[in-house]
Amino acid sequence: MKNDTLLLLGDEAVAQGALDAGISGFYAYPGTPSTEIMEYAQTSRQAAEGKVHRTWSANEKTALETAIGMSYAGKRAMAMMKHVGLNVAADAFINAGLTGANGGLIVTVADDPSMHSSQNEQDSRFFGKFAMVPILEPSNQQEAYEMCFEGFELSERYDTPVLLRLTTRIAHSRAGVARSAQRPQHEITLPEDKRQFVLLPAIARKRYKTLLGRQDAFEQEAAESRFNKYFEGSDKSLGIIACGIAYNYVMENYQDQGCPHPLLKLSQYPIPRTLVERMVDECGAVLVVEDGMPVVEEQLRGLLNRGATVRGRMSGELPRDGELNPAIVRAALGFETQPGGSVPEGIVQRPPALCAGCSHIDSMNAINAAIRDVYGDGRVFSDIGCYTLGALPPYNAINSCVDMGASITMAKGAADAGLTPAAAIIGDSTFTHSGMTALLDAVIENTNMIVCILDNSTTAMTGGQYSHAYGRLEQICAGLGVDPDHIRTLRPTRKTHDEFVQIIKEEVAYEGVSVIIPQRECVQTQARRAKLAKQGA
Amino acid sequence: MRLDIILAGVGGQGILSIATVLGYAAVESGLQLKQAEVHGMSQRGGEVQSHLRISDKPIYSDLIPAGAADMILSVEPMESLRYLPFLSPEGWLVTNTTPFRNIDNYPELDRVLEEVKRVPNHVSIDADAIAKEHNNARGMNMVMVGAASVFISLEFEKLQDGIRYIFSRKGDDVVERNLATLQAGRTFAEQARTTAQR
Repeated sequence: MKNDTLLLLGDEAVAQGALDAGISGFYAYPGTPSTEIMEYAQTSRQAAEGKVHRTWSANEKTALETAIGMSYAGKRAMAMMKHVGLNVAADAFINAGLTGANGGLIVTVADDPSMHSSQNEQDSRFFGKFAMVPILEPSNQQEAYEMCFEGFELSERYDTPVLLRLTTRIAHSRAGVARSAQRPQHEITLPEDKRQFVLLPAIARKRYKTLLGRQDAFEQEAAESRFNKYFEGSDKSLGIIACGIAYNYVMENYQDQGCPHPLLKLSQYPIPRTLVERMVDECGAVLVVEDGMPVVEEQLRGLLNRGATVRGRMSGELPRDGELNPAIVRAALGFETQPGGSVPEGIVQRPPALCAGCSHIDSMNAINAAIRDVYGDGRVFSDIGCYTLGALPPYNAINSCVDMGASITMAKGAADAGLTPAAAIIGDSTFTHSGMTALLDAVIENTNMIVCILDNSTTAMTGGQYSHAYGRLEQICAGLGVDPDHIRTLRPTRKTHDEFVQIIKEEVAYEGVSVIIPQRECVQTQARRAKLAKQGA
Repeated sequence: MRLDIILAGVGGQGILSIATVLGYAAVESGLQLKQAEVHGMSQRGGEVQSHLRISDKPIYSDLIPAGAADMILSVEPMESLRYLPFLSPEGWLVTNTTPFRNIDNYPELDRVLEEVKRVPNHVSIDADAIAKEHNNARGMNMVMVGAASVFISLEFEKLQDGIRYIFSRKGDDVVERNLATLQAGRTFAEQARTTAQR
């Protein structure tokens, strides 16, 4: 490969693209499969030299809001998150559609079809449509890179945020990426209309009309986009619309002979009606191939499905759920499956497990001994992090995992219903992400419940990123109003098991909000630090 | 030229270092490459795999189609079998025989190795033992690269360059040991192939 070509993950291509396009600030909370965008920016010399902002935010909402602030000041900014992170940031995202952008603003969201590391497989294109902003969906790493340039320009041309949608497979796959000429960062320039970002009803109504008025232009942009291509085909019995990475799975099956059908490669939205109309007019049926939910297919079918013959995930040619792959798409295109072996009997799964020596193991054992083994299974609400693995054998320790911070609020709701004891288990980073306001709710009513903040001093599940809670947990809890006598800390080990169980029992006996903080660093980050220290010595 | 390899193992066994050496050799040979990796939850001791695709033409899918892989290269015997649906009928199964037992219900090793032998083109290699013989206990992955080198159309010298590239920061001694380990894996697989052909 040439010198200006780099071998990059899709995530890294986004980071490098944004850097080369003159970004001034990255804002994100870690979340698979989006984490590596920020990690790449954090280790980039180019970013350091350009003093580009690249420190983690407390959560996706603060990340996006800060990015909007940088855009307000006239500089290019990006917020990055996993799909469920966009739920957290949704308030800011939808309203940013109305405020518009000043400096280029890209919201990069990595979806996780098949839920490799997630609680659901929601499709962020719905959110893009909801906010009525342009959406870019790369089919490969090169496009992911180029879409950062295009995205910032589109954003500034129409004074709008732009959604850049990735899926796991492109985020975590490596390929050669050719770089373009680097652009300088913007200087500070405030918006011409100093009230543009004030969404008072009177102003919001005007801004909403402005947003509505731009929809035709957004669609025209998509119709003329170099990322959307209409390929002629002689076999008009079927036309194919292939969205984002699905284009690759279609072409994998036609790489030697070329695709005989008319083919629309769709990588920029809103859906350009002129191109779709052309396909519907010239083809007997249309197959929509898209990874995630049937966003395009559903729009084409409409509620009554009385128009063109549309096939895809809803009609059963493709599975309704889960990630696409070349074999699934091959079958939908009508080819025979390629012969392969079968998995022999006796090959068992290896579920992910807590690492040997992990402090969560000691916490699960203590909580089980003090609560489950005394009062029965069903009283421990948990959250999102490595400790969610406490749901699996041999622990069978937790009873919920819904969304970031929900352990504390759900325990409170159950306590309000009269469940005693009710306990919450939440990690340190998840607590500062979305648990602090939940704890405040409990403090205000002095709800009879226990909150265990498992402090491993890092954001472990995503690979050990900085935790905003680091060294601050006791202060935060006291500041929120938890009685300092009922903020208990200890170092969870096999040796301190009895002490840990005793503390939980004491706090179960206390009628009010108790916070127990078992503190011991993640074995992975500890090992990494020891290695770095050794190399430094 | 088209080469599709499924790399298999358990989270933490370091299959990505294998991908790095093979990828380096491919890029240095002027070839295109796509490599899909597993990040996130599965890295905690779960099964992990990487799809490595090398070609002199543009590569579309990041994933190897079922039944199309030229090779399954596995650092763990049970994991090598998990991906058999991907292996083409002419493809090679090259696997380490040292099990990684982090689960209670790991099947009987003899049965696993029997299943490996039922694959028409296979090489079983005790890569951990060979690495130790070469005073390179952590070099199991490079034994596997050496074994794979016999069956793939990448120049061996380019693989050696890949090792120099990865390990150069750790000093000449580490580079030399890993080069020796690579060669040992290659020698073993060459003999295994000759035996298989008789």
